[in-house]
Amino acid sequence: MPKDGIGASVKRKEDYRFITGQGAYTDDIDRPGQAWAVFVRSPHAHARIASVDTGAAAAMPGVVKILTGADYAADGLGGLPCGWQVTGKDGPMVEPPHPPLAADRVRHVGDQVAVVIANSAAEARDAAEAVAVEYEPLAAAASIDAALSPGAPQVHDEAPGNLCYDWELGDKADVDGAFAGAHHVTRIELVNNRLVPNAMEPRAAVAEYDRATREYTLYTTSQNPHVIRLLMGAFVLQLPEHRLRVVAPDVGGGFGSKIFHYAEEAILTWAAGKVARPIKWTAERAESFVTDAHGRDHVTVAELALDADGRFLGLKVDTKANMGAYLSTFAPCVPTYLYATLLAGQYTTPKIWCGVQAVFTHTVPVDAYRGAGRPEATFVVERIVETAAHEMGIDPAELRRRNFVPSDAFPYQTPVALVYDSGDYEGTLAAALADADYDGFAARRAEAESRGKLRGIGLSAYIEACGIAPSAVVGSLGARAGLYECGEVRVHPTGSVTFFTGTHSHGQGHETTFAQIIAERLGVDIDAVEVVHGDTSKIPFGMGTYGSRSLAVGGSALARALDKVETKAKRIAAHLMEASEADIEFADGQFTVAGTDRSVGFGDVALTAYVPHNYPIEELEPGLDETAYYDPANFTFPAGCHVCEVEIDPDTGAVEIVNFAASDDFGNVINPMIVEGQVHGGIVQGVGQALLEGCVYGDDGQLATGSYMDYTMPRADDVPSFTVSTRTTPCPHNPLGAKGCGEAGAIAAPAAVMNAVHDALGSRGVSRIDMPATPARVWQALNA
Amino acid sequence: MHDFTYHAAGSVADAAAKAAAGEDAVLMAGGMTLLPTLKQRLAQPSDVVDLGGVAELRGIRVEGGAVTVGAMTVHDAVENSSEVAAAIPALAALAGHIGDPQVRNRGTIGGSIANNDPAADYPAALVGLGATVCTDRREIAADDFFTGMFETALEEGEIVTSVRFPAPQAAAYMKFPNPASRYAIVGVFVARTAGGVRVAVTGAAGCVYRETAMEAALEGNFSAAALDGMTASADDLNEDIHASAEYRAHLVGVMARRAVAACG
Repeated sequence: MPKDGIGASVKRKEDYRFITGQGAYTDDIDRPGQAWAVFVRSPHAHARIASVDTGAAAAMPGVVKILTGADYAADGLGGLPCGWQVTGKDGPMVEPPHPPLAADRVRHVGDQVAVVIANSAAEARDAAEAVAVEYEPLAAAASIDAALSPGAPQVHDEAPGNLCYDWELGDKADVDGAFAGAHHVTRIELVNNRLVPNAMEPRAAVAEYDRATREYTLYTTSQNPHVIRLLMGAFVLQLPEHRLRVVAPDVGGGFGSKIFHYAEEAILTWAAGKVARPIKWTAERAESFVTDAHGRDHVTVAELALDADGRFLGLKVDTKANMGAYLSTFAPCVPTYLYATLLAGQYTTPKIWCGVQAVFTHTVPVDAYRGAGRPEATFVVERIVETAAHEMGIDPAELRRRNFVPSDAFPYQTPVALVYDSGDYEGTLAAALADADYDGFAARRAEAESRGKLRGIGLSAYIEACGIAPSAVVGSLGARAGLYECGEVRVHPTGSVTFFTGTHSHGQGHETTFAQIIAERLGVDIDAVEVVHGDTSKIPFGMGTYGSRSLAVGGSALARALDKVETKAKRIAAHLMEASEADIEFADGQFTVAGTDRSVGFGDVALTAYVPHNYPIEELEPGLDETAYYDPANFTFPAGCHVCEVEIDPDTGAVEIVNFAASDDFGNVINPMIVEGQVHGGIVQGVGQALLEGCVYGDDGQLATGSYMDYTMPRADDVPSFTVSTRTTPCPHNPLGAKGCGEAGAIAAPAAVMNAVHDALGSRGVSRIDMPATPARVWQALNA
Repeated sequence: MHDFTYHAAGSVADAAAKAAAGEDAVLMAGGMTLLPTLKQRLAQPSDVVDLGGVAELRGIRVEGGAVTVGAMTVHDAVENSSEVAAAIPALAALAGHIGDPQVRNRGTIGGSIANNDPAADYPAALVGLGATVCTDRREIAADDFFTGMFETALEEGEIVTSVRFPAPQAAAYMKFPNPASRYAIVGVFVARTAGGVRVAVTGAAGCVYRETAMEAALEGNFSAAALDGMTASADDLNEDIHASAEYRAHLVGVMARRAVAACG
């Protein structure tokens, strides 16, 4: 194995440019003659637009153009599309129009009404303040409860009662039957709190139009430039793909919030054509808070039926999910196919029913956020399992063991559609418990009590469905796109390699991980490999990065492309060594005739492919450049166990995480250091959801947590040093055996933390506390 | 931000003259509140007079049992002053927990107290220690300086030049931070001084104030136990998404007890 091959903790190739300030983010891009855009946004959660007067603003210094919703409507262009249609009990979901610039009504604070384009950002901002919008404010429905109450303000005329869909999975009567014979039923109510993504890099875009070639170019902060090109080109602006280039350069974090096609991208591209000048827009942080798609926001009631031995008989989950004011690109699938299908967890629960009502509210649209549906599912399952264990007096680890899908039961068909491919839930549980010193907890709790502290421990045995996704399966469930991935391995004449991937790295380290696979397979030095992503004019049509798919799906496309390269290279090598192709072996960059000392290096073969003087030209084309598309056979199922231990100060309600251990099964691991980093980051995000982050809207639809003065992002001193490890059961159906690791921490951690918090507070009679468990909430619960 | 005219002041007198000449001028110390306000277009001054270059406003002096801190002295300098640490360690510790390192290297004591944010730390130290605010016109007792939310006794154009802290017999500051901003939800500064015990509370109400009942309880028995069961009155305390008035009232008691305990 080369020293920088599969399994090595290679330092990230991309970090040199990032830590020396040489990354090229969208806001770093300046085009000749560039103008600046500032959006005029609604200060109201719900209002009718009586008039928009741009006269005074248009006369201000530096103003190039002001465009309104009426201008957009006049051009007859499309609304922002939704990429997933969920069909509920009563038919397809309600899919109201989503105009990129509001013309008649605004539906959330931050909804864009007009765009001002000027010679400088400052001039655009001055003029934007001078655009006179006359609003007639209307009553708002700012929460699920408010939107579902009788007589609630209507977000869309098309959606009576503000219902987007009423969907279910499973046979409710059948599950009710399982409850009828139960020895014990555990019932919980919970809120999965709304989160604001807060990527370090705010969203930004630069659009330009070339009158000579009639080509549009959009630089944008995206996780999936080809998806943006397709959605914006085909559905919104009606621009053909060959005249539309979308570039997602270095991107500073996405966490899902940069998957979606946003209004600003379409409006800038449209406006660049109108003014025939490049235009730049960069969100201010306050703007990000009210325009980036938010995450989570569920209200759930769940019931678990158990027999006398603690075996799960059935699970019923009734969830209301907030969609926000409009359907964001993938919003409808998050609380359905990415949620209800995971409610079996790691367990053999035979009967499961889940009902989901998706609700429009006068808030920012909600969509996929790190984990997307799977953290919500894990939170329901792991909270109710832990609660059942405490209610029945069974050790929570033991209750889980009694119900695990056994290691010899794979492939395992769950009652909620998925077929788990592999796993070892006992193994990850045992490893996490050992690392957490679970057996020593009672002594630690007693010691904490002597100091007046409440100590608790909590488990989260999570599972996720990643490697998104088999195209035919998701197509049958309403996805309006395929979810394969592509990769092109271009071997250069001297044997160096450029890899073009349809996935996109916005922090994941693809430039290193993919290069390690290529170094391993072709025997080339890792520095002889360059990974290119993010530019639709360079890369084949790929679907981008989300759902922990880049390695499991994109890496599999790479593996297939490398297979093709190796096959062709072997034929060239066989020709050079006058041997039979079947006798050629390839290892460590050398092609060898089996059983002989005759060999030729990979570099020589590459040169021969491009300088085909001595070449089987009748049978083989010159060149060594192979592309593969990979459509996965199944999802992958990363799983594991996280254990959190907290100490609570009853005098103040402050929760301190004193220990956190994680054992994860991600399948085969390419770069352990990068995987560890992903787990750390994910856990911190999960801790953020559990203890710190809560997006709060007032009843009037005003965002109360619109800045870091009020929205609590996790900081380094909020978490301890984690103990993380991996245990591997390879994925049996993809060529790398990889499952994916990007979301696990954010999926597992909230339940582990909140189980620990409930464990600590249980002795003081507290049975329910919602996330985020802030000091004020904990104190309130202790003193209720 | 909107356009304004920038002036670099060379001296206190120069700053006062330039501020007086402006139609709607503001003085800028560290700019930790003013700059974000300008960037968000929430203020539109005609002139900004920068005190950053006024050397006479910077520095720490310890003499006659008092610590005098120049108005333009940054928090980091107070935190890391061995003289402050020797004379009033609680003051150095307080300065070391304001904001983050960036704020502590730009923010100043004069700017903080002139702004009088209800959740700022320094007002608790001034009131808790019975400090004196020196301006270009007069001296003002800390008890009289902080008059309300973002309100002080400063007159139009009056410039804080320094703060004089008498060294206490013992003092400690305990802050329960807002999880998001890390300003004080409640901060309590307790000092045993020659003139008696002082308990100053920041964060809880619209303006720093003294818990006189706690002071009286501690006067006879300077121990945490003397405050057992005591809380502030929740009437008139702040209430927001982070903390109810009742929670703040409770925290005043907790932080006061911890501060007394920390006095040793």
